[in-house]
Amino acid sequence: MNIHEYQAKQVLARFGVPVPKGQFATTPDEAAAAFTALGQPKAVVKAQIHAGGRGKAGGVKILTNASEVRDFAARLLSKPLVTHQTGPEGRVVRRVYVEEASNVARELYLGMLVDRKAGTVSVIASTAGGMDIEEVAAKTPEKILTEPINPMLGVAGFQARKIAFALGLKDKQVGQFAALLASLYRAFIETDASLIEINPLVVTAEGRVICLDAKMSFDDNGLFRHADIRELRDANEEDPAETEAAKYDLSYVHLDGNIGCMVNGAGLAMATMDIVKIYGAEPANFLDVGGGASTEKVAAAFHILLADKRVKGVLINIFGGIMRCDVLAQGVVEAAKQVKLNVPLVVRMEGTNVVEGKKILADSGIKVVTASDMADAARRIVKEIGA
Amino acid sequence: MSILVDKNTRVLTQGITGATGQLHTRACKEYGTQMVGGVVPGKGGTDFEGIPIFDTVEQARKSTGCNATVIYVPPAFAADAMLEAAAAGIELVICITEGIPILDMVKVKAYLAGTKSRLIGPNCPGIITPGECKIGIMPGYIHKPGDIGVVSRSGTLTYEAVYQLTQLGIGQSTCIGIGGDPIVGTTHIDALKLFNEDPKTRAVIMIGEIGGTAEEEAAEYIKQHFKKPVVAFVAGQTAPKGRRMGHAGAIISGGRGTAADKIAALKAAGITVAMSPADLGSTMKSVLESKK
Repeated sequence: MNIHEYQAKQVLARFGVPVPKGQFATTPDEAAAAFTALGQPKAVVKAQIHAGGRGKAGGVKILTNASEVRDFAARLLSKPLVTHQTGPEGRVVRRVYVEEASNVARELYLGMLVDRKAGTVSVIASTAGGMDIEEVAAKTPEKILTEPINPMLGVAGFQARKIAFALGLKDKQVGQFAALLASLYRAFIETDASLIEINPLVVTAEGRVICLDAKMSFDDNGLFRHADIRELRDANEEDPAETEAAKYDLSYVHLDGNIGCMVNGAGLAMATMDIVKIYGAEPANFLDVGGGASTEKVAAAFHILLADKRVKGVLINIFGGIMRCDVLAQGVVEAAKQVKLNVPLVVRMEGTNVVEGKKILADSGIKVVTASDMADAARRIVKEIGA
Repeated sequence: MSILVDKNTRVLTQGITGATGQLHTRACKEYGTQMVGGVVPGKGGTDFEGIPIFDTVEQARKSTGCNATVIYVPPAFAADAMLEAAAAGIELVICITEGIPILDMVKVKAYLAGTKSRLIGPNCPGIITPGECKIGIMPGYIHKPGDIGVVSRSGTLTYEAVYQLTQLGIGQSTCIGIGGDPIVGTTHIDALKLFNEDPKTRAVIMIGEIGGTAEEEAAEYIKQHFKKPVVAFVAGQTAPKGRRMGHAGAIISGGRGTAADKIAALKAAGITVAMSPADLGSTMKSVLESKK
């Protein structure tokens, strides 16, 4: 789960990570009031969407009086902001963040993530701050320092110093950075974060080390123990179909093709998408119905697939295994009737009682093509939709 | 021969009284696996269909001499169950549970590194040596004893591969589901090392998916050290970037972990890659025939 910059800064501040003072606003007047409340000669107004590249897209501006802030907020709010990460349709800005402006002397990069290879949380640091870190990693990997953190020890003092010196920090900045890093790590661990990105981390003209931007993502599997983090979810930033699917414990990802896929198991679901493509069509989605695949789940899955008007046909691929095919077939028939299925349906199933299952489909009166294996299923659905 | 489990493996179930634990303990016992005990804190002294239940893994180990344990406990308690199993000295710990917080796995992995326990999973179907020992949730009947090793990050896609092999009359030595999470106990390379040393295993099917770099690392290992033919498949050729595809570990992040990169690395290492998931069995068949 992702959260907005201003929310990430609130979370980090709770753990003692230094961030600039600021306030979010949902209307131009609130934004102007926030500027006045800050009581500083200038402030930064930043569009709040779950995507990077806001600055280049015109979503960030330094302003010096309340009426400018009101005008800029009015220009951003309720309108889509298109950045290189949002896609051409952009994301509608619903909140802006009004924050005290800093006198930036140096821009650095500081990240923290779960390092799959090391099996630890690792710190990523670079002197190339304010830039796209993936690009930095690709072009100048020598500018990136990766430091794995021992989970039993946490950030050791020597590690913090090593990173601080690599970042070119000196004097009091080293101690400030070590404290910041320790707080950041504590925030990561205690909120079950999966990623924290501070880009840029800045040294101000006054010599302070602070987080000018902040991005936080959380491990969905850890959210059950953080009611406060769950509340930060912004449904506007998520695909409504994916949110709906999650209610039924279905794992769904919307794609751009026209063949709706319903599969049990994530690996098989990806492989099914792949084979649809091999036979010359494009999958409309990834959908894993999981182990159970009850009538309710299958019906919910049909509803979600068919709500996408581009879907011209549905392919169900279930490797039952322990799940019985007759029970599954019954569920498919009932669900298809419930949703008044009106596009071609191809079902491939394998597992216990597969013969009985096929008979139930054949006798059901619903229009369904049964396939003998994965390749056959893909071939048939592509033929059915006339692609 | 086989790897890790055989007819002598004595298996414990942690979470034996939950719905999943009951269903699969029964199915494994019917398959012929020696299911020797269960652990449910507070239910020690009772039994599940004749299988004795203990309060702690340590007690179960002492009483039953179990050398493997399978974990079906809910995600919030699974890490503790793995730690308990390792602390009790169980050699093989298999965690089926899906949805474990990744930071719990970071700790478990660090703790297990200092013990003699090997972890398989989490978020995996388990391990089976056909005809001898099935530990986990895979359907037993699709397997056939033989000499092909199978290692995979996926559950049902592994069943697909196994089923295709069995349909073609090709049996399996051992099939391991290593799990779909970003941090797992046993990696592709770990499993390959075991298959390399197993005289019974003639060739291996390796099934990967998008996310991380485990397949690329496995490709390098195979190129340098693996003595047997490998057929590989990578799921997610059509997966978009930055989206998690069901499995917590199946995500292309920062442009890394794409199926295309993995397939290129595997091919560069001289590995036969099946491009379609429908061709897993037939590709292995033709590889075996070409080696005759």
